[in-house]
Order: sequence, then C-alpha cells, then structure tokens
Amino acid sequence: MPSLLKKDKPKQTGAEKATAGAKWLDDRLGLAKGGRVFFNKIFPDHWSFMLGEIALYSFVVLLVTGVFLTLYYVPSADMLTYHGSYAPLKGTQVSAAYNSTLAISFDVRFGLLVRQMHHWAADIFLGAIAVHMCRVFFTGAFRRPRELNWIVGVTLLILGISNGFLGYSLPDDLISGTGLRIMFSVVESIPVVGTHLAFWLFGGNYPGNGVIIPRMFMLHVLLVPAIMVALVGAHLALLVKQKHTQFSGPGKTEKNVVGTPMWPGFMFKTQGYFFLVVAVLAGLGGWAQINPIWQYGQYFPYKVSYAVQPDWYMGWLDGALRIMPSWEFQNFGYMIPNMFFPAVLLPGIAFNIFIVWPFIEAKVRKDYKEHHLLERPRDNPWRTSIGAGALAFFFMLFAASSTDVLANYFNISLNLVLWFFRFATYIIPFFVAGITYKICLELQALGRYGGRRKRFNVVLRTAEGEYFSEKTPARPGDLDVLSGEEEEPLELTEEVSEKIRESSELIGVSSTELNKLPPPADQGVKRVERD
Amino acid sequence: MTSTEQVQTSEAAIDPTRDPRLDLLAKKPDQMEKLIALCFIVGIACFVAMMVFYVRGSSTQVEGALMAAGFGGLGVGMVAWGKYLMPKGPFEEERHQIGSTEEDRKAFADAFIGRGTIAVKRRSFLGKLLGLATAIFGIFSLGPLLDSLGPNPGNALDSTAWKKGSKVVTEHGRAIKVDDLEVGGFMTVFPEGNVGSYDGQTLLIRAGTSDIVTMPGRESWGPQGYLAYSKVCTHAGCPISLYQQETEQLLCPCHQSLFNVLQAAEPVFGPAPRPLPQLPLAIDKNGYIIAQAGYNEPIGPGYWNF
Repeated sequence: MPSLLKKDKPKQTGAEKATAGAKWLDDRLGLAKGGRVFFNKIFPDHWSFMLGEIALYSFVVLLVTGVFLTLYYVPSADMLTYHGSYAPLKGTQVSAAYNSTLAISFDVRFGLLVRQMHHWAADIFLGAIAVHMCRVFFTGAFRRPRELNWIVGVTLLILGISNGFLGYSLPDDLISGTGLRIMFSVVESIPVVGTHLAFWLFGGNYPGNGVIIPRMFMLHVLLVPAIMVALVGAHLALLVKQKHTQFSGPGKTEKNVVGTPMWPGFMFKTQGYFFLVVAVLAGLGGWAQINPIWQYGQYFPYKVSYAVQPDWYMGWLDGALRIMPSWEFQNFGYMIPNMFFPAVLLPGIAFNIFIVWPFIEAKVRKDYKEHHLLERPRDNPWRTSIGAGALAFFFMLFAASSTDVLANYFNISLNLVLWFFRFATYIIPFFVAGITYKICLELQALGRYGGRRKRFNVVLRTAEGEYFSEKTPARPGDLDVLSGEEEEPLELTEEVSEKIRESSELIGVSSTELNKLPPPADQGVKRVERD
Repeated sequence: MTSTEQVQTSEAAIDPTRDPRLDLLAKKPDQMEKLIALCFIVGIACFVAMMVFYVRGSSTQVEGALMAAGFGGLGVGMVAWGKYLMPKGPFEEERHQIGSTEEDRKAFADAFIGRGTIAVKRRSFLGKLLGLATAIFGIFSLGPLLDSLGPNPGNALDSTAWKKGSKVVTEHGRAIKVDDLEVGGFMTVFPEGNVGSYDGQTLLIRAGTSDIVTMPGRESWGPQGYLAYSKVCTHAGCPISLYQQETEQLLCPCHQSLFNVLQAAEPVFGPAPRPLPQLPLAIDKNGYIIAQAGYNEPIGPGYWNF
C-alpha cells in the first residue's frame, strides 16, 4: 500500500538519493579516492590531441554499426538465386554472403546508411590513426616513458589494416574477391611455408572449399576486434597512468600538465566531439556512396573488373606490387616469388621499423631521458626529415596503385607512368627529406616567439638632411640572437637623439613612433654609423 | 581541482573566495544556454523525424542527413556547453614519478625471488613435468590441429583439370567449333566438366586463320590461328581479361602486366615475371577445339617449390 510507505519513509530529494546510491557503490567498490584523481586528470588544450579521439570514436562507431550489420549478414559462400529488390540482378546466381549484403543495402531499413557508415568509419579510423601517429612521431611523444604505448598504437594500426581488409572482403563482390585472390598469392609467396599457410587459410587450393568467408567473418567480427578493444583499453590506461604530454609554453614544465580537467570540462567537450564524429560519418554514409557492390556483381574466380583498387590504406601495398620489377629468384629447385618482396618483405620491414623506432632514436641520439614536453617538428630536423621522407615514400607507393587510372586520366602512356613511379618512389623521398631539413632550419631561425629573421634597421634623417642607419634593440628570435653572434646594441649619442627628436617634430611624426626609437643614451657613445 | 589550488593570481588575492579559473568563458552565459538548448532541440527534432521516416520508409540520403543533423546538433551543443559554460581554467596537474621507489622494487624482488625459490626450486621435477605437458599440447596445437584447417598442398598446384583430349567449352558449357571465333576474337574457356574452375580458366584467342607457332617446340599448338593461354596471371593470380587485338597483347587489369600473344605470352611490361603457360590445342575430327595435353608447367603466381 503506497500510502503507508510514504508515512514510514520521508521522501528523499534527488541529490539525497544520488548520494545514497554513490555511498552504496563506494561501500562495495571503494571508488571515491581513485575517482577523484581520475576526475582531476588534465587534458592539454591543443588541436592535435583530437586526432587520436577521431580514431577512438570512429572505432566506437565501427563497433556499433558492425553489430547492426552482423544481424543481417550471412557468412556463407553457398550459391542461391537472387530474389531481392535490386532489379538488375534478379534471377542471377549469387552467394549467400553477397545476397545478404544486397539485402542490407536495399531491403533492410537504414541498412545502406549503416553499411556505408561502417565502411566510411573504417576508412576514417585508419586515416585518423595515420595522422595521430604522425603527430606522435613528429613531436617526439613516443620517447621515454611512452615507448610501450607507441608499440600498442602501431599494433592497433596493423590490426586495423588487417581487419579493414577482412571486412572489405566479406561481401564477396567482384572487386573484393579479386583482392582475396591476390591475398592468397601473397601468402603463397612466403618461402617454405607459404603454400601450407595459404591452403590452411582457404581450406585448399584457391578458391578453397568455401570456408574462407566464415573464417574471415569470425576474424573480422570476433577475434581481431576483441584484441583491438583490449589494446585500445591498454592504450588509454597507459595514457592515464603516464599522463599526457604537452607542448612547452608559459607555465608548462616537465613536472606538470596544464589544460582542462576530465570532469566536467573535458568530458562534455569530448562527448560533443563524439557526436560530431558520428554526425560526419552519418553524413558521409547518407550522401557519399562507398563500395556499391551491386555495380560490381557477384565474384567469380574467372571474372575481373577494370580499375581494381583496394581501400586507401591498402593502396601502398598495391602500388608496391605494381612497381616491383618482374624479378623472381629460382635456385636449387626453389623459388622466391615476385610477390614476396613488395607484399611480405616491404610491410614486414616497415612495421618492424615503426615498432622499434623509439629505441632506434634513443640509441642514435643517445637520449634515454624521460620527456613529457613535446618537441616542435622544426626543433628536431633529423627526425622530421626522416618522417617526411618516409611519408613521401608511402605516398608515392599509394599513388602508384593508380597507375592505370592516372594513365587514362592524363591520357599518357601507362608505360611512362610505371617507369616514372619505379624511379620516383625512391628518389622523391630523398628530395622531400632534404627540403624538410632545410625548412626546419629556416623555421628555427624564425625564432620561437615570432621574432624576425634579421634585426630591423631604422633609417633616420635629421632636419639638416643627415641620414642615420640604426639597428633596433635585439629581440628574442632575431637571427644574430639565435646564433649567439649578437652584436652590441647600438646607442645614439644624446646629440643625435636630440636632433632626431627635433626633426621628427618638424615632419610631424607621432609620439608612439618616437617611442619605438632607441632611448637616448646615457652611457656615452658606443658606435654611430654615419654616411 | 584540489591539486592546483596553490596557484594564486592577483585577482584571487583581492577576493580570496573567488578563483578566476572557475569563471566561465562565456561573456553572456544565459544567451549561450539558449543557443545550446536550440542545438539540442535540433537534435530532438531530427531524431523524431528519423522515427517517423523509419515507420514510413525513406531514402538513405534523408536518413543520413537527419542522423548527421541530429548528432551534429548534440555535438555542437555539448562542445559549446563544455567550452563556454565550464570553468575556463587553465588547470594544472603535477606529474609524479612513474617508476616505483627503490624500496618497493626491492620488496617486490624479495617477495618474488625469495618466496618463489622456496616454492619452485625444491620442486624442479614437477616443473619439468608441467613444461613437458604444455610442450606436448603446443606441438599438438601447431601440428594436427592446424593441419586440419586445410589439406597439404602436395602437388595440387602443379596441375590443372586440363588433360589430353579435354574439350574446350565456354563458361556456359558449350563446346567450341573451329568457326566459332572470328580473327581478333577471344573468350574465356574451361575444360569440359570443369566449367567455372579457378585453375582451369583459359583464354582462347583467334589471332589468325593459319597455324601459329609461338616459339620453337610449339609447332602444332596453335591450329588455324587458335591460341590458348592460362587466364591466371603469373604475377598475383588475377584473371587476365583484356586482349588488345592491334598490338596482340594481353593485359592484366590488376597490376597492368602485358603479355605478347604471338610470342608464347612472354611478359613485356609490368611486374609479371613469367610467361602465361600455353595450352596446346588441336581440332578433332568433328571440328571441335580440344586440348592436345594439359599445361606442361604450373599456372599462376610463383611459390616456394614451384
């Protein structure tokens, strides 16, 4: 009987209820102490720190949209006749996987939106990781004590690329099927164990016995995401434990972090930022068509399409395949196939260098100290130019994955395009690295607080028509100040200053401009140039 | 903010109860509040509209636009709320040494090694047994368990379904007569009984009307201008599907390898390292095109024991 209950128990306010609930939880979990420290965690206010957040929130969107897609996707290569609502394919033979992807696209409400959001989220996830990684690299945020988090991040990149490829292959359309065939060849090209690995993965010689789709499905929706969720958790836990890095500036030291606290400022902002990422992905999913598999058709191993390009993050590998010279090494009855070098060795070396980079740099620069203040890229031209060269190399490989499209678009010979990339991919990075090094030095000379390259000279004329050329007082960032070759500040004699004052009154120079003049000397003349 | 209270400013000195870092960034908080409310109302309106369209059915564009606008409204509102209606700061947090103190490390090492030695060293025999058990399980996992994923390659990669006398048929299973292709024509063919097979796929090209010899030793392989090459690219295994009749070249669309049709499909451009295997053709007494024999080398991309 409610009325009786009301009598026995006085009504609690909302705040009282919340306090009682929090007390109940803390009695059992003891969260208040750690929770307070957590709420006080400081997030530096710099735009470049949002790049990783884009990756994180794209990942959340991937998980949510991915769950939606698994409700309808059928991981099976069994062939059936298409009876869905996309007219041009009606009555054709399609696999259950392709059929269900068509159903998601045309017959499930919000299906195409969610499918396209999922695909866009994957592309943006990996893009954000790449840019975030550049930020971490070029500012030296990976240095001690954050080497482990760098490795976790690189692992996430590798897993992300792998899972992107797996997901891309699931619809069983003509283009992804071709990609899968290339992947079989890549695995097959590994010396000694290659053919075994390929046969294990596919359940036999290509195209296998139909197990590859359910196996990829399991990897794509269960195993790889589970590892990634764990690693994302570790990435964030390390970030909390080790606290953020920050750029140097007023009040910022190696001993503190300055910015916005977790609660409430950062939580509100980052929640809003999450909504904005969702908004952009929804806009792309609704308006920017991606992977229209109904145009490609069902995959058959003997069919292929023109302009077969993978998703952007696989582009560098595809480009490497294209520009590889037609070499193959056959000795003692064994072969190291052509594909091994661009598709296994190149990514193997690249990712291993990524992983060990913090240790390489520490060793080369003999810098084993802890760093919490970030370097500006210009302040470490050595690293910045290596990074820029590497980026140029990967970009050239990426561009080389479109040799056919470039040749068609610019109406030039495919032959020429290929030979250009075969050389330019290795030459251009050195130019980029060299130019970057030079730019870094130039920017350093510009000075830290917006000083000028050279000290100002002021030319003055007295009423009598005498001219004086004078240097202004030294300011931080001036070239001679930076290089330590600062000249003695010049000072005018009282006599000359007086003359200038008189003449400026005559020509009507304002008092503020006069204030910019060097003050009248009171310690005698040091040097006065007079022409 | 407790860790940062020691930071004093001149304003705080005037009025000790007032910390300027706790001021809001917004100059007119009431207006900002209205603006944020408007953003959230946009979100509500968009999500309600989404529900309506869910029931009534709509287009992907409408769904995407509503979802984007709805979350956009929430996002802008939340960011503005977090930025303008919150203490403006800046706040500061001290860094502490990440590593443990020497005493802690020593205590840990003592506990681990000290107690551990007592437990483990005196029982090394048990440890060895345990290691053996896990090693056996490891070998089992890597051997039989892994091997049941797929068959042993054996010589599966060396041969195809083509054999002596295989009738050449189209992808619809129709046998091909000698008059079926005009000069310059080409089609994808399979050995009869294996239509659609991956390794059986072959390009049948009519490059002329008289017998064509693509290289010495293949005198009888191209009867009446018919040539057949494996369709599987020797580079990455893509199906080669472009025949450029003017230059007599085959182009792989994946990585643009070019093969010379009249010279035993020798690669002339791109990454492909080997010529496409040629299928020796013959014409039987009824005028059907058949294979003299299977391919005399493995088709497709290279592998270790090629």
